[in-house]
Amino acid sequence: MFSAFYDALYLNFVKDDRWHYLTNGLKVTLIVTLFSALMGVVLGFVVAIIRSTYENTGRMKIANKLCGLYLTVIRGTPVVVQLMIIYFVIFASVRIDKTLTAIIAFGINSGAYQAEIFRSGINSVPKGQFEAGRSLGFNYGQTMVHIIMPQAFRVVVPTLCNEYITLLKETSVAGYIALEDLTKGGDIIRSRTYSAFLPLIAVALIYLIMVLALTKLVSVLERRLSRGTRR
Amino acid sequence: MKKLISAALILTMVLALAACGSSKGGSDTGTATKGVLVMATNAEFPPYEYHEGDKIVGIDAEIAAAIAEKMGCELKIEDIAFDSIIPEVSSGKADIGLAGMTVTEDRKQSVDFSDSYASSSQVVIVTETSGISSLSDLDANSVIGVQTGTTGDIYCSDEFANIERYNKGMEAVQALSQGKIDAVVIDSEPAKVFVAETSGLKILDESYTDEQYAAAIRKGNTALLENVNKALSELKSDGTLDKIVAKYITAN
Repeated sequence: MFSAFYDALYLNFVKDDRWHYLTNGLKVTLIVTLFSALMGVVLGFVVAIIRSTYENTGRMKIANKLCGLYLTVIRGTPVVVQLMIIYFVIFASVRIDKTLTAIIAFGINSGAYQAEIFRSGINSVPKGQFEAGRSLGFNYGQTMVHIIMPQAFRVVVPTLCNEYITLLKETSVAGYIALEDLTKGGDIIRSRTYSAFLPLIAVALIYLIMVLALTKLVSVLERRLSRGTRR
Repeated sequence: MKKLISAALILTMVLALAACGSSKGGSDTGTATKGVLVMATNAEFPPYEYHEGDKIVGIDAEIAAAIAEKMGCELKIEDIAFDSIIPEVSSGKADIGLAGMTVTEDRKQSVDFSDSYASSSQVVIVTETSGISSLSDLDANSVIGVQTGTTGDIYCSDEFANIERYNKGMEAVQALSQGKIDAVVIDSEPAKVFVAETSGLKILDESYTDEQYAAAIRKGNTALLENVNKALSELKSDGTLDKIVAKYITAN
């Protein structure tokens, strides 16, 4: 029983240096997740500002319409379809780095979700805070930066981190454009050894460990942020 | 601590379940008794198997239907990813794998193969405008597209550094025609179909490897293996096999 298990381990991970598929894949997964999360923050922040500015002041009507369209389209279609559209349709006949393609696709996708998270954070701050800021002589921008944002930030962090955890797992479809991320690495091992169990369990465990680490990080961060707030 | 214990328990349960899955049952009598022959294939591989309307057709599909008829059972075709076909067969979810699958030593470790029913070769597709005119023009800098887990993938991975592994052969060809990669290595018959349907592509005269197609059957299921081989030899001798191939592949 154990020697069979040992043989399977050897076949799936050691022979022909197959574990490289997992480590290289992990690297790609992390790079794609990190940079698409960053791109998503920027995109999401801009979109959220535009949307809430329109809601509060009625300015930026056209920009708000465009942002609404972006949110509808991106949130209404599966990310794997968006990924393939970007690779095979938008970048048709361009030799573009696939990691970059994936970052763009997942960044645009995550941006839509992060925008809504930011907006809900801004909306969660009571209107009175806004009015208080204005009555102290702050203009709209100053009120946003000095009064609303710091309070919204605290509300947003846990939800935002959940979005990053989702994003990390969603990048597993990158294999559709032949990008060798963690999942595809496991698939390649599977296609060489014809065994499903070990490669898939190994991939699952690696994702699980990353998610657990992220979750731990979030709870620490949350505790830090709630320090000094009265409940 | 409690969390740790429950996590350990869950892990034990998963491993115990997995142990059940991989244990090889001793009472395999083939499928003829059940009356249904389940065939696993990847129907993205014309002319061997592809979707036409709501049906899966092609050489493999018709050969399997003919085998099933000889064995007196009904054929059920399952369309899955190519690299999942062998696990599907070896775990007993499917009885037989026909997917333009080449017999290789590595695959023989996991499944038994029937007698070969077709011969094929791996060919190289390039764009008409590329400077590649023979195999020797492919070098360490060439980016080669393949379908994950095919023999083209396995052989090229040993020889070339830049391999892009697509889930479908068609996607590799699409990437080639968009100039994202330099060449595609794939089986000759689907290659002909892909080139015929995409403008600006050609197949190199020199083939990459030559190989034999056969049906994959779960290891140790000798009853089914013998039945399939018997049906295949009958189909060969009465000319049905040639007729099926000729229907899909026009000689050139």
